[in-house]
Amino acid sequence: MNGIPMEHGLILASILFSLGLAGLMLRRSMLFVLMSLEVMLNSAALAFVVGATAWNQPDGQAMFLLVITLAAAEASVGLALMIQLYQRFRSLDLDVASRMRG
Amino acid sequence: MMAMAVILSFLFPLVGTLILAFSAGRLGPRASATVGVGSVGLAALATLWAVLTHTGGSQGVTLWNWISVGDFQPTIGLAVDGLTLVMMSVITGVGFLIHLFAAWYMTGEAGITRFYAWMNLFVFSMLLLVLGDNLLLLFLGWEGVGLCSYGLIGYYYQNSANGQAAFKAFVVTRIGDVFLALGLFLIFMELGTLDIATILARAPELWEPGSTTANLAALLVLGGALGKSAQVPLHTWLPDAMAGPTPVSALIHAATMVTAGVYLIARLNGLFLLAPDVMLLVGVIGAASLLLAAFAALAQTDIKRVLAYSTMSQIGYMFLALGVGAFDAAIFHLVTHAFFKALLFLSAGAVIISCHHEQDMGKLGGLWRKLPVAYGGFIVGGAALVALPLVTAGFFSKDEILWQAMAADQTGLLIVGLLGAVLTGLYTVRLILGTFHGEPGSDHARHPEPGTNVFTHHLPLVVLAVLSTFIGAWIYPGLGELFPQAPGETTDSGHTLLQVLAMGAAIAGLALAGWLFLMRRQWLDDIARKGAGARLWTLWHHAWGFDALFDRVLVRPWQWSVRMLRFDFINMIMNLPAVVARVFNAGLVRAQNGRTRSYALVMVFGATLILVALALAPGGGA
Amino acid sequence: MILVWLILIPFLGGLLSWQAERWSEHAPRWIALGTMLFVLVISIFLWLTGDFSLPVDGNSQWLLEWRAPWIPRFGIEIHLALDGLSLILVALTGFLGTLAVLCSWREIVQRVGFFHLNLLFILGGVVGVFLALDLFLFFLFWEMMLVPMYFLIALWGHSGSPGQTRIRAATRFFIYTQASGLLMLVAILALVFVHFSNTGELSFSYDALRGTDVPEPLAFWLMLGFFVAFAVKLPVVPFHGWLPDAHAQAPTAGSVDLAGILLKTAAYGIIRFALPLFPEQSEAFAPVAMTLGLVGIIYGAVLACGQQDIKRLIAYTSISHMGFVLIALYSGSELAIQGAIILMVAHAFSSAGLFILSGQLYERIHSRDMRVMGGLWSRIPVLPGFTLCFVAASLGMPITANFVGEFMILFGTFPGAPVVVVIASVGLVLAAIYSLLLMQRVHYGPEYRTGPLKGPDAREYGMMLTLLALTIAVGLYPQPLLDTTAAVSAPIAELFTGGADLAARAGEVN
Repeated sequence: MNGIPMEHGLILASILFSLGLAGLMLRRSMLFVLMSLEVMLNSAALAFVVGATAWNQPDGQAMFLLVITLAAAEASVGLALMIQLYQRFRSLDLDVASRMRG
Repeated sequence: MMAMAVILSFLFPLVGTLILAFSAGRLGPRASATVGVGSVGLAALATLWAVLTHTGGSQGVTLWNWISVGDFQPTIGLAVDGLTLVMMSVITGVGFLIHLFAAWYMTGEAGITRFYAWMNLFVFSMLLLVLGDNLLLLFLGWEGVGLCSYGLIGYYYQNSANGQAAFKAFVVTRIGDVFLALGLFLIFMELGTLDIATILARAPELWEPGSTTANLAALLVLGGALGKSAQVPLHTWLPDAMAGPTPVSALIHAATMVTAGVYLIARLNGLFLLAPDVMLLVGVIGAASLLLAAFAALAQTDIKRVLAYSTMSQIGYMFLALGVGAFDAAIFHLVTHAFFKALLFLSAGAVIISCHHEQDMGKLGGLWRKLPVAYGGFIVGGAALVALPLVTAGFFSKDEILWQAMAADQTGLLIVGLLGAVLTGLYTVRLILGTFHGEPGSDHARHPEPGTNVFTHHLPLVVLAVLSTFIGAWIYPGLGELFPQAPGETTDSGHTLLQVLAMGAAIAGLALAGWLFLMRRQWLDDIARKGAGARLWTLWHHAWGFDALFDRVLVRPWQWSVRMLRFDFINMIMNLPAVVARVFNAGLVRAQNGRTRSYALVMVFGATLILVALALAPGGGA
Repeated sequence: MILVWLILIPFLGGLLSWQAERWSEHAPRWIALGTMLFVLVISIFLWLTGDFSLPVDGNSQWLLEWRAPWIPRFGIEIHLALDGLSLILVALTGFLGTLAVLCSWREIVQRVGFFHLNLLFILGGVVGVFLALDLFLFFLFWEMMLVPMYFLIALWGHSGSPGQTRIRAATRFFIYTQASGLLMLVAILALVFVHFSNTGELSFSYDALRGTDVPEPLAFWLMLGFFVAFAVKLPVVPFHGWLPDAHAQAPTAGSVDLAGILLKTAAYGIIRFALPLFPEQSEAFAPVAMTLGLVGIIYGAVLACGQQDIKRLIAYTSISHMGFVLIALYSGSELAIQGAIILMVAHAFSSAGLFILSGQLYERIHSRDMRVMGGLWSRIPVLPGFTLCFVAASLGMPITANFVGEFMILFGTFPGAPVVVVIASVGLVLAAIYSLLLMQRVHYGPEYRTGPLKGPDAREYGMMLTLLALTIAVGLYPQPLLDTTAAVSAPIAELFTGGADLAARAGEVN
């Protein structure tokens, strides 16, 4: 279990997080935004797991379960919103739905 | 008895005004004229009654207390003495004749009711002006006549130029009125009263002759008189005021209102005698106006403008008389001038209506056979204006003024007066020749329609003509005992010499005019057409350029500041907080754009900033 | 108790006419009219039966007084009192309220009931301001008249030129007066706390606070707080920005109330509160106040000449006239203060007349822009004559009440401050210019469009005639008014001269 150093795991987690963040910021399609959110959630979860392993603490695993639950809930709400969005605007483009005129 | 008559005299015009004003077009032209003329006629009868029952001295009647706060106790009270009765007689008598003539003049005009309502209101205000026993009530009449003058100058309101003229007349005289008002404030502060008799009694007790306060008070009152009486430098409104109907010019701008300044100074004679410097100034201003207006009258083509400048010039004589302390002479000339100038204006009105509103001398001419009544009026009135010796009223009053100037040792003023007499002859002859002789200048003048109505056209002219002869001078009662002693009363040396001089000046003026206009017409026209002559003509035609000067100095800066301030810059400064708030608001609104992506971006940026700050913070570097 | 009813009647009438809209369109109008007439009749009754001679020592200065505890914990009472000044202003409120109802008879056709609710609530608030003696209650009424006025402008106003919407005007009015009201609240509270720390008694009562000994720099600031609150309402340049907008966009009834009564609450506030609460500070401040008054006179007049909108022109003339009032209030002369009261009444009549006339013009030619007027004299019967009369009143023509007011002010101020009077007199010339300019542009000159327009009907004619008759009546015989307020203005004038006497006496002792 000690084959992988903690740093590697954390780096992977931050790379995933950055990818997710970039997706969130750059994509317009709601589907990709949701996926990016999932990726970010999971990268955070990964960081928890890596940390838990490194310090032999169970809290990390518990947090992981929490994150998974959160991600599932978020995905279900997000997908429901997405279906609504598609039905209303016939598009997944988030900007189409933007009503605010800043 | 007399109090009753006096009250009736100004109630009649007031009732006339109210009837006309509230008839709201229900009265026809004839009925309006009847009410308008009738009320002034009744006022004239009431005045006659007052004159007959007057027992001498000053009699007062207080109607009610106007305002009463502490010392400030002006009343609505009337005081009647010889001066008041003379003024009342002129106002109602000449006023009645002019009203009567107006019934002919205004036939067929729209808004007769309005015309007579204003005219009656004018007579009412003017009577209050001369009747008021305190300066505040006098001021009421003073402003009232100004308003009526405004309404009547702008009578033909559809032409904006007339409106402008009315506006100018009101504002310029209002400037004078403000001086008068300041004078009132000063007098009340110093003497604690506004009652004229009390002022005249208290002023010599409290003020040293020639003291600053006395000078200042007299100067401020003089300012008011200058505005109303169209004397230099507040005279520019009078020629423009000729935009009103001719009877208005005759009544307001010749016989009564413009002489209110003379009345005021004569009334407050005691105040002015305490300020010898201001007295001298009165005389000098009178002399200046006299000359200036006489020259300007020489270069006018509009017959009414000639008469307007002539009025200014004659009022200059009255001021000259006031300036040398000859108050009685000033009032004497005021009365005779009211007669002959009203006659001249009404005759001019007869010409103007007969020639279909043509009043340019260049387009008139050759009318003397066709309009005999008007011609007669002009001849008699002109003779009185020129002061033709012995037979005219003007001669006696003008002679009196010149004699007083001589007796007061004011040689300068005397010379100006004599020079003015020559000039008067010149412009009067030019006026009569230009209007009635020579070739007709237009079709209107070729086929005039003479007035035929004996009652409304002939009668006023004939009566005024009679009054303009020596008869007018003869009926003047003489008010010497009302006023402080005039310089000419103590001595008689040189009076005969002066009379010869005055006759000489009048006749010289006529002779010069005859020679210039009859024999050397061509030569004169040539001079006036080119070079320095033309420039002089233009200068005189525009009355020495006062209008242009005031336009530069006052009107344009005023208009400029109105334009500059129109958008209320103080308000704009007060709006600065609102503007700043709006700028911030605009910035924040832009941030709140509803795009998740940009929110995320800002969030990441902020988080990074905090992380960096934490990392760099002293002791925070992990 | 009659004082309570004076305040309650407009409020009750307002609620009633709001609900009366269910019955018919005219019901709210009649109810509102009756309500205001009722207020007017009560105040005239009080006037006829009252005794307004100067109080003998020991007697109350109030003609009527009514007090009841409200929030005893903070020493707040419902304390109403009436003297000559408040009586005249209440009667004026009743009269102009009646006119306001009458002049909106045809103009207002939407939400009639709610309109009259707002109108009567404003008037109720104003009556409250004139009667309240407890400072907290005064502040309450002061704020209470703002909200309905806001709605009046915002809901029934005219949309004016581009960028000048009625909402904007209403908002500006509200922000200005609200912010200044806040300053006054702060000043009131500070005064109350100072009084509390001095005596240990918490009270908002006028009588108690009058003698409060406030430490010096604070007293000046508190005086300034009151002054600014009233200066915004008067309005004094530079706080005048809300007035032209509010007037231009408000319906006729709103303009009449605004010019006729709301501006007068400010002058009333200065007479009743700012001067007696801080006499020494006010006296020290007098030169500044007079200068501001002069600036108002000249600035308002110059701006009036530059306006195209007839109602804006009249609004700026109000600023000019109120400058005279301000000068008078700080002159310390009884004559001038009496004149200021006359001028307040006179200005209420003349500006109400002009606003009603411009409302009637608007009903006929649907514009307030003077560039599309001109030559109306031949198109409309009677109205031009009335216009000339009110214009003459506005320029201070003798015979009208405005003349009496202005000249009493100038006569009274002259001994103390001749320079101020000389400069203010320039305002008399400017008044002639702007007043006649209005006449010139609207009624003189060639006709802009042809065709006759309808003359005034009996209602319009009656309103104009009543206003004109009152203006002339007060102008020729102001004594009843003067006698009524003499007992109020004499002590106010003594506040200043008293200070001068003290100073003189101190000088002698030294």
